[in-house]
Amino acid sequence: MSLRERVSKSVSDLGLPRLTVILFLVSLFIVGGIQGVPLGDLVNSSIGRFSMNALLTISMVPAIQCGIGPNFGLPVGIIAGLIGLVLSMEMGFTGFPGFMVASALGLSLGAVFGVLYGHLVNRVKGQEMMVGTYVGFAVVSGMCMFWLLMPFRHPRLIWTLGGEGLRVTISLSDFFSNVLDNLLAIKIGAIKFPTGLVLCVGLIAALYRLFEYTRAGIAMDLAGQNEQFARAAGINVERMRVTGTAMSTAMGALGIIFYAQSYGFVQLYTAPLMMAFPAVAAVLIGGASPKTASISNALVGTLLFQTLLAITVPVSQSVISGDISEIIRLIVSNGMVLYALTRGPGGGNNGS
Amino acid sequence: MEAKPKRSLRLFIRDNGVPIMFLALCGLGVVASGKPLGFLLQETIGRMARNSFIVLSLVVPIVAGLGLNFAIVLGAMAGQAGLIAVAEAKVTGLAGIFTAIAVSFPLALLLGWGAGSIMNKAKGREMIAGMILGFFMNGVYMLVFLFGAGTILPIKDPKMILPQGYGLRNTVDLQVIKWALDNLLKVRLGPVSLPLATFAATALLTWGISKLFSTKLGQDMRAAGQDMRIAEVAGIQVDRTRMVAMLISTVLAAIGQILFLQNIGTLNVYDSHGQTGTFAIAALLVGGATVTKATVGQALLGTFMFHLLFIVSPYAGQNLLGSAMVGEYFRAFVAYAVIAFSLALHSLQRGKMAIRR
Repeated sequence: MSLRERVSKSVSDLGLPRLTVILFLVSLFIVGGIQGVPLGDLVNSSIGRFSMNALLTISMVPAIQCGIGPNFGLPVGIIAGLIGLVLSMEMGFTGFPGFMVASALGLSLGAVFGVLYGHLVNRVKGQEMMVGTYVGFAVVSGMCMFWLLMPFRHPRLIWTLGGEGLRVTISLSDFFSNVLDNLLAIKIGAIKFPTGLVLCVGLIAALYRLFEYTRAGIAMDLAGQNEQFARAAGINVERMRVTGTAMSTAMGALGIIFYAQSYGFVQLYTAPLMMAFPAVAAVLIGGASPKTASISNALVGTLLFQTLLAITVPVSQSVISGDISEIIRLIVSNGMVLYALTRGPGGGNNGS
Repeated sequence: MEAKPKRSLRLFIRDNGVPIMFLALCGLGVVASGKPLGFLLQETIGRMARNSFIVLSLVVPIVAGLGLNFAIVLGAMAGQAGLIAVAEAKVTGLAGIFTAIAVSFPLALLLGWGAGSIMNKAKGREMIAGMILGFFMNGVYMLVFLFGAGTILPIKDPKMILPQGYGLRNTVDLQVIKWALDNLLKVRLGPVSLPLATFAATALLTWGISKLFSTKLGQDMRAAGQDMRIAEVAGIQVDRTRMVAMLISTVLAAIGQILFLQNIGTLNVYDSHGQTGTFAIAALLVGGATVTKATVGQALLGTFMFHLLFIVSPYAGQNLLGSAMVGEYFRAFVAYAVIAFSLALHSLQRGKMAIRR
C-alpha cells in the first residue's frame, strides 16, 4: 500500500469528526506549548478526568452490544449509585469500608433498576434512545423529591438550617474522598497517578473483555447485531437485551461512585440530568457506532474527549482570557452524536 | 341500547387517558393550593396567551410524520436573535415586534433548513436527532453571542455588552417592546384581563394551520406522515414536504418566542430558550396529542392544563408538604414523565401494529 492510500484509508476509518477532534486536540497542545501552559498540570488533569469518567463511558458498551443503542437512560444507573453513596454515609461508614458499602449497595440497586429498565426498553424497540432520555430525566426529577423528603438524619448530609432534606452537594472529605485515587498512588514530579482507580477500571474492563468471549457474551453481541439471526440460532433476544441493559445500568451506578470519590463531592438533585450525554459522546468519539462498540472504543474515546476538555480550559484562558470549554464541550459532544445519528441505515420501525 | 354509550365512554377514556388524568391532577392541585379561582385563571390565561403560539408551532411536523419537534429550540434562538437586534436598535412598540420578526425570519429559515436536512438523513430517529441538534446549536449560539457580540456583530450598547468589551450580558432588557402586543387591546372581564391582540395572533395561526391542511401541501404532509413509502409511490416528494414542515415549524417557533418574551419583558440570553422545547412538547402531549397525531384544539387545551398545573404545584407543595420546592420538582417531573410516557406509549402501539401486520 502506498503512503497516500494508507493515509486516505486511515482517514476514512477514523471518520471526519473523529479526525477533527484529534487535529483540534493536537493544535491545542501546540498553542498551549507556545503560550507556556504547564504541561504537568495538563497531563495531571487529563489523567484525572479520564479515570473519573472511564467507567461511565464503559457502561455504554454492553448497552450498544446488546442492541439498545447508546444508553441515554444512564441517569437511572447514576441514581442507583447515588442512593448507595448516600445510604452508606447515612449509616455512618467512612473510609474504605464506606466506599465498599456504597459500591455494593449501588451495584445491587443498579442491577435491579437495570432489569426493570431493560424490560421497559424491550417494549419500545426502535425508540430506545428517546424513551431512555426522557425516562432518565423523569427519574432524576422524581428523585429530587425523594432527596428532599426522605428522613435522612446525618448532620453532614442534610441542610444545616432547617435540618430537612439532603444538601445539593455533599462533601466526601469526612467520608471516603479519593480512597481509590490514593490507593498505591504514584507521584512523579507534578503528576499524580491515581493507580488504585485506574486498576479498578482496568479490572472491570478486563472482566468485561473476558465476558465477551463467554457464551452469554457472544449471544448478547449477536442479539444486538442481527436480531432475526440470533432468534433463529435459538437465542432469547429479549433476555439478552435485559442482561445488557442491566450490566450497563449497574456499571453506571458504580461509575458515579468512582466519579464521586475522585471528585470529592456527591452531587444530588438535578446534577445527574445531563450525565448520559458526555458518556455517549465519548464512546462515539472513540470509534463506536450506535450498533457496534468495544471496550477500547470507550477507553480511547474517554481519553480523547476528557483530554480535549482538560486542555481547552487553560489554553483558551491564555489566548482569549475567557472560558470556552463549556462551548467546546457542547459542540464537540453533540456534534459527534449528531454525526453518528445521521449515518447508517435510516427509516423503518427498528432503525435504532 | 344501554350498552352502546357505556362502551363509547370506555373508548373515550381509553383514547383520552392523558388529558383526563391531567385534568384530575389539575383539579387536585387547585384544591390543594387554596388559591382563589380568579387569581389562578388570570395567571393561567396570561401564560396561555404568551405560550400557545410556540405550542402550536409543533403541530405541523407531527402531521408530516417528523414526530415531536425538539428542534423548535432553533426557532426560539432565531427569535431571540431578532429581539437582541431590536434591543440594540431601540425600535419601540409594535414596530419593534415586527422588526424582530423580520430579522429572525431569514435566520429561522436557515436553521430550519439545517434541521430539515438532518432529519431527512435521520429518518426513524428524528426526535433524538432534533434534541441533540438543539444542544449542539446551543453551543453555537453561545459561541456567537459570548464571543461574536461586540466583535463581529455590531452591538454597542454598554448595557448589553459585558465589561470586557465583547459578549452579551445574560440579561437583556426588552423594555422597548414589553407588552407591545399584549397591551394593544386589553379587555377586563371581572377579575381577569384578557390580552385580546395576542389571542388574535394565536387565533390567526390556528386558522392558518387548519387552512394549510386543506391545501395540496397539507395533504402531502398528511400522506408523508402516514407512510413515507406509499407517499413516495403516489408521487409526493417526501423529503421536500418534510423540509417545508420543518421550515414552517421553525419560523413559527421564532415568532412564538418573540411573542413569549414581549410578555416577559426581559431576555435571558443564555437560558430563555433552554426549556422551550421540553415545556412546549409536554404541554402539547398533556392535551392528548401523540407522536403521530396532533390537533390545534389539543395544543390549546394542553397549554391551558399544563400551565394551570405549573402555577398551582408550588402552592400545593407548600400546603401539603410544607415545601414549595417539592412542588417545583414535581412539575419538572410531570413535564418529563408525560413526555416519557407518551413516547413509550407511541412505540408500544407501533410495535403492536407491526406484529398485527
